[in-house]
Amino acid sequence: MRVKRGKIVIFVLLTVIILGTVLSTTETIWGRITKGLDLQGGFEVLYQAAPHQKVNTDILSQTASAIRNRIDILGVTEPDITIEPPNRIRVQIAGVKDQKRARDIIGKPAQLTFRDPTGKKVLLKGTDLKPGSAKVGYDQNNQPLVEIQLTDAKKFEAITRKYIGQPMPIYLDENELSAPTIVQAIPGGRATISGQETVEKAQDLASLLNAGALPIKLTEVQSYAVDASLGEEALKDSLKAGAYAILAIFIFVIGYYRLPGLVAVITLIAYGYLVLLVFDALNMTLTLPGLAAFILGIGIAVDANIIMNERIREELRHGKSVRASVKTGSKRSFLTIIDSHVTTIVASLLLFYFGTAAVKGFSVSLMAGIIVSLLTAVALSRIMVNLLVQSNLMNKPSWFNVKEDEISDL
Amino acid sequence: MTYSIDFVGKRKLFFGISILLIIAGVVSLFVQQLNLGIDFVSGTRLDISMDRAVNIDESKNILTKLGYQNPNARVGGKKSDILIFRTSKTITPAKVAEITSAFNKAFKTKVSVQSQVVDPIIGRELARNAIIATLLACVAIVIYVSIRFEHRFAIAAVITLFYDALFTIGIFSIFQIEVDVVFIAAILTIIGYSINDTIVIFDRIRENYNRQQPKKWDDLASMVNESIQQTLVRSINTVVTVLLAALALVLLGGESIRNFSLALILGLVSGAYSSIFIASQIWVVWTWKSIQKKVSSSA
Repeated sequence: MRVKRGKIVIFVLLTVIILGTVLSTTETIWGRITKGLDLQGGFEVLYQAAPHQKVNTDILSQTASAIRNRIDILGVTEPDITIEPPNRIRVQIAGVKDQKRARDIIGKPAQLTFRDPTGKKVLLKGTDLKPGSAKVGYDQNNQPLVEIQLTDAKKFEAITRKYIGQPMPIYLDENELSAPTIVQAIPGGRATISGQETVEKAQDLASLLNAGALPIKLTEVQSYAVDASLGEEALKDSLKAGAYAILAIFIFVIGYYRLPGLVAVITLIAYGYLVLLVFDALNMTLTLPGLAAFILGIGIAVDANIIMNERIREELRHGKSVRASVKTGSKRSFLTIIDSHVTTIVASLLLFYFGTAAVKGFSVSLMAGIIVSLLTAVALSRIMVNLLVQSNLMNKPSWFNVKEDEISDL
Repeated sequence: MTYSIDFVGKRKLFFGISILLIIAGVVSLFVQQLNLGIDFVSGTRLDISMDRAVNIDESKNILTKLGYQNPNARVGGKKSDILIFRTSKTITPAKVAEITSAFNKAFKTKVSVQSQVVDPIIGRELARNAIIATLLACVAIVIYVSIRFEHRFAIAAVITLFYDALFTIGIFSIFQIEVDVVFIAAILTIIGYSINDTIVIFDRIRENYNRQQPKKWDDLASMVNESIQQTLVRSINTVVTVLLAALALVLLGGESIRNFSLALILGLVSGAYSSIFIASQIWVVWTWKSIQKKVSSSA
């Protein structure tokens, strides 16, 4: 039989394009994918609305956006803030150095109040502050303080007149920040908060006041913190493990299935690449459960290749030609693969619909894996094996690891 | 092929072994329960990593001095360089800093700390949610497989899937291996693999059944044996591939995913075993009963 060069050229081109794309762009895509805290370091806090206050989804999302403003103070990029109705907010931040400071800034209600001398009666609230007006200043002794402006200057003047000669303490939540004694009525709606230990603390307070108070009071119900160095190590270990695993799988598949094994390896590379691409496109965070689903996905994709190749080998052993065996083998294995894929999709759809948090993350990764497996291990694999067979190059059963004496004369 | 194994003939032996394994697991679950990680028990867990092997006595001394009486601390990590300290108290970030600096000073080295404070309600909610979602997923599997195959295949597949999950949970209980939230992901993976593995063998049994239409027990049994035989190489090769991935994770992956990978390995082996020795055998016994009933009712 004449070898058809055209088909081989297409096969080689396809391989080069796939490997070339993977090699040249994987690093960029990998860098863009958000890694979970377990793989990157950082911390996660789950807040729950304290009891006895009105909470609904609207209030929760207002709170979430107030938290987002505050995280900007920390200069951290891309915090992950999710609302978990009815009453929880999950905050995940990667790569924070000072976790204590971060948590102080995020979780406080930060309600500023001016109170009467007894500290019991609230005279003015944070909502009376002019938005974005808080800034750091210095007193005559060059000590840092926070300057604020009030929206209603007249009201402030009236209140200060009432308490001349008495202290008018300023509270942040239930902590007294300072208790200046009113010497005279203050016009112009300007006030200062003294008693700041450092410029940094003054700056944090000013930013906190500008970010606005949280609409509801939150309590920390769960927290999880991973040192950045530990997270990096976990990721490095996992990647190293992954590389060895993939190498072992490649050797095994090519050793056992020969040429179609090589095709399986190429489609597996495409599989891994496309799954990463889906992670990137859907803005998914790669966590350990996601990694688990990824491994299962590799298993399912390899399985699809193995099922097809076993079927082809079976047909070869019955004495059919390579061309006929590939045709019948691909056809017969197709429905098997579809059934096993669809059953897993059905299960993961239900997990997605009813699951929360980790379960949902797992099911999304699994679905992505199965759909990509259909494209690569089923479609791409068939295209490539067919190209090789039609080229007449791969026309001996030994290419499929079927020995002559295994073939029956039937 | 020249050799053949009588899987169906040995079904009672394998049913026996499988049931014994499950009973052992269930008894252990009742007697000593699961060794629940911090995710399910309230309190704090600190993983303190050092750049050398941990001196456990000295570490316990430090913790005692800081006010944690009889600290529940053990050594972990590949190089025994991680001190895992658990307490039912809530340790605030300020306290974590205090502990970190105490260790820094005592061992004259930089230590890094991973802390986890947990309200067990969250972990339990996640576990409950996972169980409910899985049960509903099973209902969906039963419906889909009943439509594509038939109800006997569907029920057998779901029983098998429960076997695999229960087997893994049982082993974790017997050996008191710590179970955390990531374990739930491992169980979900096992279930996914189990159903995938079973369906492929069932597909072959269905194909051969429709072609041969066996009426006698011997024919039915040899048809199932033949189907298992035909898919055996695939079953083994697939599980070997997935195991390679899971093994690499156990050997090379970090401390945090060791138990997770261990669960995967147990479940994957169980998944491959149960498709052949449980799922197919339930189907053959059940189908034979139905054939007999049909024969006796039509006679």
